Amino acid sequence: MNTGQWLGLITGVLFGFLLQKGRVLRFDKQVGAMLLQDMTIFKFMLSAILLGMVGILLLSNLEIITLSHKPMNVGAVLFGGALFGAGWAIMGFCPGTSLGALGEGRWHAVFAIIGMVAGAALYAELYPFLKLTVLAWKDFGKLGLPEAIGISQWVIVPIFWVGIIALFFWFEKKKL
Amino acid sequence: MKWKTDDGGWSPYLAGALLGLLAIASVLATTQFLGKTSYLGASTTFVRAAGILERTIIADHVASNKYYTETKVRVDWQFMLVMGIVLGALISSIMDKSFRLESIPPTWEERFGPSIGKRAIGAFAGGVIAMVGARLADGCPSGHGLSGMMQLSVSSLVALVMFFGVGVLVAHMVYGRRTP
Repeated sequence: MNTGQWLGLITGVLFGFLLQKGRVLRFDKQVGAMLLQDMTIFKFMLSAILLGMVGILLLSNLEIITLSHKPMNVGAVLFGGALFGAGWAIMGFCPGTSLGALGEGRWHAVFAIIGMVAGAALYAELYPFLKLTVLAWKDFGKLGLPEAIGISQWVIVPIFWVGIIALFFWFEKKKL
Repeated sequence: MKWKTDDGGWSPYLAGALLGLLAIASVLATTQFLGKTSYLGASTTFVRAAGILERTIIADHVASNKYYTETKVRVDWQFMLVMGIVLGALISSIMDKSFRLESIPPTWEERFGPSIGKRAIGAFAGGVIAMVGARLADGCPSGHGLSGMMQLSVSSLVALVMFFGVGVLVAHMVYGRRTP
């Protein structure tokens, strides 16, 4: 294995370890969030975002790393996002957690994994058609929120922190 | 707030915060060792896996397919990251004895009964739909939800709202409104 593969493997092991420790891999946690009964996956995800965003935006300001926004292609993000949401609810896993669920013994995740590999193959066939239709509607390109609304990221980040922490208190109060 | 859950897991706030630190360490490490900043993600690996499998049967087709060519079908950093998730979850669940062989998730069984066939069809169909969506949106809850949000990407904000909004709607239709 080359350096990239080793680095990926080590990072993945730590990622999987934390996903499992946070108890976010389970079907019931994922569907529980969508049924608005158990916010464990949001507590986990938003905590990661709060810390990660400060470090990543700072490192990018210092020009140590480069940001890599995914394109704001309107049709793609709206349509794709909706399809993903529907599939996620039925399958009860997202791509990353399906593999983790398999690791903690929830072997029924293999059906979801096979489905997702099939979905990827299907997408590869649909791609030329989508490129001429949905993907061709309107693309704002790689866009960050600070540039989009003209407000510094160091104003947005504190607002984000306050909002999310308030949400955490609400989750705890409501025992979600 | 408790640091441990009743079944020996960690508080999701703690585990999540550590994941935030891992995400920062990971962008630094990929920039340093691979010469290009890479962000945590998972769904592109499914395209590569599909390409690798298809290549064993119809190699010419994969070679001429535009999407496979653009994605570059190979076992790369992210591919091994996704494999690592399986291993990491296995290690963690064995360490705290939460490893369980489960054939039907409880919430599913409550609604659709104990048939493994039904669950297999549901999971497969959901998987196909979700992956077409994730590739169209160019990311999943890892790529958009974690990495994109950490960078304050507009597309990730919109994608996350769509993921969860439609997820809530469909989950209520599929599993019904149950009292907790």
